Amino acid sequence: MPDTAIDLQNTVGAQPKMSIRDVHVRYGETHAVKGINLDLYQDNVTALIGPSGCGKSTLLRCLNRMNDTIVDCSVEGSILLDGEDIYAKEIDVVQLRARVGMVFQKPNPFPKSVYDNVAYGPRIHGLATDRDALDEIVEASLEKAGLWHEVKDRLDHLGTTLSGGQQQRLCIARAIAVNPEVILMDEPCSSLDPIATARVEALIDELSGHYAIVIVTHSMQQAARVSQKTVFFHLGEMIEYGDTTQIFTAPRQERTRDYITGRFG
Amino acid sequence: MNQHILRTYDDELMEVRSVVVRMGGLAAEQLADSMQALRELDLDLAEKTRQADKKLDALEVQAENTVIGVFARRAPVADDLREVVSALKITTMIERMGDYAKNIARRSIAIAEGKGVVLMPPLLDDMATHAHEMIQDVMDAYVKRGADEAIAVWERDEHLDNMYNAAYRQILARMMEAPEQIGVWSHYLMIAKNLERIGDQATNVAEQVHYAIMGEFLEEARQKRDRTSAEVFEGH
Ligand SMILES: Nc1ncnc2c1ncn2[C@@H]1O[C@H](COP(=O)(O)OP(=O)(O)O)[C@@H](O)[C@H]1O
Ligand SMILES: [Mg+2]
Repeated sequence: MPDTAIDLQNTVGAQPKMSIRDVHVRYGETHAVKGINLDLYQDNVTALIGPSGCGKSTLLRCLNRMNDTIVDCSVEGSILLDGEDIYAKEIDVVQLRARVGMVFQKPNPFPKSVYDNVAYGPRIHGLATDRDALDEIVEASLEKAGLWHEVKDRLDHLGTTLSGGQQQRLCIARAIAVNPEVILMDEPCSSLDPIATARVEALIDELSGHYAIVIVTHSMQQAARVSQKTVFFHLGEMIEYGDTTQIFTAPRQERTRDYITGRFG
Repeated sequence: MNQHILRTYDDELMEVRSVVVRMGGLAAEQLADSMQALRELDLDLAEKTRQADKKLDALEVQAENTVIGVFARRAPVADDLREVVSALKITTMIERMGDYAKNIARRSIAIAEGKGVVLMPPLLDDMATHAHEMIQDVMDAYVKRGADEAIAVWERDEHLDNMYNAAYRQILARMMEAPEQIGVWSHYLMIAKNLERIGDQATNVAEQVHYAIMGEFLEEARQKRDRTSAEVFEGH
């Protein structure tokens, strides 16, 4: 089988939203991410798949410097957002995390009202000049997250009283509210039932094109359903990158094949 | 290839494969029998061949059911996906081969029962031999997962097409020489067409086998290869 993993489709024309260049991540002695090179594009959902412990979350967390607070964690190489190094000294991490938002595995709304959960970001970033403007942002964000009609009559309820699937979409609304350019999702559906999962996936479809989306998922079928690009990791290395359809019909690497088909590898 | 962690998944794929192989064997046998019936104008054998086609039909249904089960329960991807999709298509192609063989058997009955028996032109036997080999070789390629063997079968179709064209001209000439025998010659003409079609189906199977193994369509693979050899030839 051919073993070139060059992606011609994307290298023509479009500039990558984010570029990962020779990134290594270590936790003390543990070499969790080994020399990754990867471009992420505005109009793509990129899925990161691979066995647990292969470094997907670690790499994802590097993209908005969530690893900064982990003692012992060192990041080498460079990560560019619109060509700018996000690890450069002058970068404001709070600002960066507004541009590169994150949605976690377990929905984690603040113990505040639905309204305040969404309004929190725009407030601290001063995105609204008055209450009307803030109302508008909250409504638009909930609308984009496909949640507005379900919660518009209980904006003052605690976010934590919503169902699991609604909470996850609330977290997505919260991320959207600050006009991010990139949205990172780490196994966003792993605690949701199939219907709630389908809603989140439908939302990802809606959002794709407007944001560069990176999703870590342990569900191969989910990767196949929601992404246009798929990356397969193994033991901290990137084994294969390609169009999702190509990866799931004709992977070039044996290790990818063994993993996605459920073979001993 | 490594085994699936779920052994029953491997069992199901094995079942699909074994049905495909059995169908290939039956189709080859039916072709051989129908040609023998034709050569010897053996009505019993012709009838037996016609009946044997039902078995192919039943196996096709069996393969289809197994494949649908695999889709529903395994959500196959990658090599597994290509394997079951191509099995689904290959069984349909083989079933078609059986139909053509059945047609030959039916026409051999018509010839035997008709007036003024004319012996079969030897060219048809050559065509049948060639088509038979194509079936056997493509099934070998399927079993051995031989992409090159599949390409070789694919390439042999042209020869069968040429044989058909020769048979066509020959039969047409006979028709003109002896217009009173046009009935029997038109049976032979249709038989030649059936043999040519069997070769087409073997070629289609070869394409599927290649796709299942390599993950790319033969046409693409050949274009790539032609480009490479052109580059070598032109010294780029
Ligand atoms: N906070 C941490 N401290 C130390 N080691 C960690 C930490 N987070 C992850 N690791 C280790 O780094 C490796 C990659 O983990 P992770 O990125 O969570 O993998 P994945 O998301 O693919 O399951 C694993 O060996 C894991 O044990
Ligand atoms: Mg993880």
